[in-house]
Amino acid sequence: MSGIPHDHYEPKTSGEKWLHSRLPIVGLLYDTLMIPTPKNLNWMWIWGIVLTFCLALQIITGIVLVMHYTPHVDHAFASIEHIMRNVNGGHFIRYLHMNGASLFFFAVYIHIFRGLYYGSYKAPREITWIVGMLIYLMMMGTAFMGYVLPWGQMSFWGATVITGLFGAIPFVGEALQTWLLGGPAVDNYTLNRFFSLHYLLPFVIAALVAIHIWAFHTTGNNNPTGVDVRRGSKAEAEKDTVPFWPYFVIKDVFALAVILVVFFAIVGFMPNYLGHPDNYIEANALATPAHIVPEWYFLPFYAILRAFTADVWVVMLADFVTGGIVNAKFFGVLAMFGAIAVMALVPWLDTSSVRSGRYRPMFKWWFALLVIDFIVLMWAGAMPAEPPFSTISLIASTYWFAYFLVILPLLGVIEKPDQTPETIEADFNAHYPKAENPAE
Amino acid sequence: MFKKLSIAAVAALTLSTGASFAAGAEGHIHDTDFSFEGPFGKFDQNQLQRGLQVYTEVCSACHGLRYVPLRTLADHGGPHLPADQVRAYAEQNFEVFDAELDDFRPARPTDHFPMSALDNAPDLSLMAKARAGFHGPLGSGMNQLFKGMGGPEYIVSLLTGYTGEEKEEAGVTLYENTAFPGGWISMAPPLYGDDVEFADGHSADLHHIAEDVSAFLMWTAEPKMMARKHAGLAGVIFLSVLSVLLYLTNKRLWAPIKGKKTS
Repeated sequence: MSGIPHDHYEPKTSGEKWLHSRLPIVGLLYDTLMIPTPKNLNWMWIWGIVLTFCLALQIITGIVLVMHYTPHVDHAFASIEHIMRNVNGGHFIRYLHMNGASLFFFAVYIHIFRGLYYGSYKAPREITWIVGMLIYLMMMGTAFMGYVLPWGQMSFWGATVITGLFGAIPFVGEALQTWLLGGPAVDNYTLNRFFSLHYLLPFVIAALVAIHIWAFHTTGNNNPTGVDVRRGSKAEAEKDTVPFWPYFVIKDVFALAVILVVFFAIVGFMPNYLGHPDNYIEANALATPAHIVPEWYFLPFYAILRAFTADVWVVMLADFVTGGIVNAKFFGVLAMFGAIAVMALVPWLDTSSVRSGRYRPMFKWWFALLVIDFIVLMWAGAMPAEPPFSTISLIASTYWFAYFLVILPLLGVIEKPDQTPETIEADFNAHYPKAENPAE
Repeated sequence: MFKKLSIAAVAALTLSTGASFAAGAEGHIHDTDFSFEGPFGKFDQNQLQRGLQVYTEVCSACHGLRYVPLRTLADHGGPHLPADQVRAYAEQNFEVFDAELDDFRPARPTDHFPMSALDNAPDLSLMAKARAGFHGPLGSGMNQLFKGMGGPEYIVSLLTGYTGEEKEEAGVTLYENTAFPGGWISMAPPLYGDDVEFADGHSADLHHIAEDVSAFLMWTAEPKMMARKHAGLAGVIFLSVLSVLLYLTNKRLWAPIKGKKTS
């Protein structure tokens, strides 16, 4: 691994040398664990470990659930009840898996906003960011298909609504929707392919996570100052960094334990709080629920999807210019995917030379507004699509796009950033004055 | 800055997730204090047995419990009937179709409760979890979070919410009910009070039997609730201790880096 200079693994015993010359796996693990990590990382840098834990938790609990689940429209709902009633510990494993998805998304949103605030997406970490966005997209796909598997009312109607989005694409939409569903409507063939993909995608995510880690181990971690680690020599680098093991492993595992206290309280005491009660009613193609609402982690983008109705002038303009090809429904779909696309393009939309938001006096406020905007969108997505919620959704959606497409590019030009610290060491010593002259 | 924002985000998240449950024209649900609410709440075994009696003598005429195996009536954390009583209960009350005999026979503990006898009577196995879709006040979810309001409260409110008004629509008699979304329900009032007589002499007025059968239906929906709370509590205690130990480890580990004394 290139990057920050540090000690590398040296095989000592003859056994180690034998293995190392054939498969340098110990060296790989050593270099991964001992990577020099900026010593000023704050508590916002713990979410990577939480996310890795979530992926492992979901895969392990998921594999056990698959042993007892039946992917068939006549048996899926009953097999979940079988897991809840007859499988040893099955109820707890299922609740861990259900709420594990919520923890996963909770952590990924903080992780993403951490990156947005501290400019973790900026050069040279663009690939880390893009791969991260791919992971996020895969997570959304996996979670959506997983939610269909219990074959409850929200499973069925959620699948119907979301696959219907693809039907809005001009010319190829209907064919694409049929191809996704495996037939004209959500049915057994849909359930089977969603089950297959729900099992496959987490392993794709695991591979992408490896690439994500590889990428930022090459560039080195970002840190709250956004200042680069000095790389002139090993001695210089060691002033800015400490090895990942044990310093950050212990710190991150401590944070993970605290988060898991809350997680276990939710799983143990209120496991259905975050879910929708209608999913305890078996899917019924003849009875549409009063409100079809996605899981909470999809709500912001669901709000954006619904915000652009036919009476919004931008939509009317698009409709007119394209001769009706981009109608309101398709516009909404474009806006929803566009909302994620602009986030993925942020490395090239942010023109500021300063990486960390800590030293950007104007950026801070716009960023705070973006966080509020995200929460407003989440709330609006849960509300019925009628005034005043539709207007609020529209304003909030507009800000989301304005932040990435207008504010970020402009801020880099008009904002006068504050002075950044010379080195990471200087920033760290400013927090811990005694660190300069370590106690003997 | 970031810290403050994330705290605000967490707070708002709890609020907005609750809102996602908000359903249409909501009926009036009143809070009932059940023994099984909160992290330490337990099912009241006697109440579950009374609820089973109400279910058997009244509800089961139309409704079913297709997902509930009869043997689970003997489970710990449930009605906890003796095994021979479960066998007798199954035999005396239900008949099931046996494909091997090609005929009906008395139910055994290994069978499930029968399905609903009427097409338009929903199965009650999961009713207490499927009807938790109200989230007051103002869609904030606070009542569910702090008062523990949920499906059982809905069932009590529904069973006691008949006003006595009736109307006919397209040949169907509808009954006015203050808890039912929309206000008119096709189920005739099932309980009037003193519909059953309890062997232990417990009061059988309308409100009591409504609560008893609601508690029983909560058990049919969530039979492993007690085991789940135990496991959750064990997890919380274990992880709290682990957190303290890791906190101390981390503090000591970083002390030399931060220039603090280690001991």
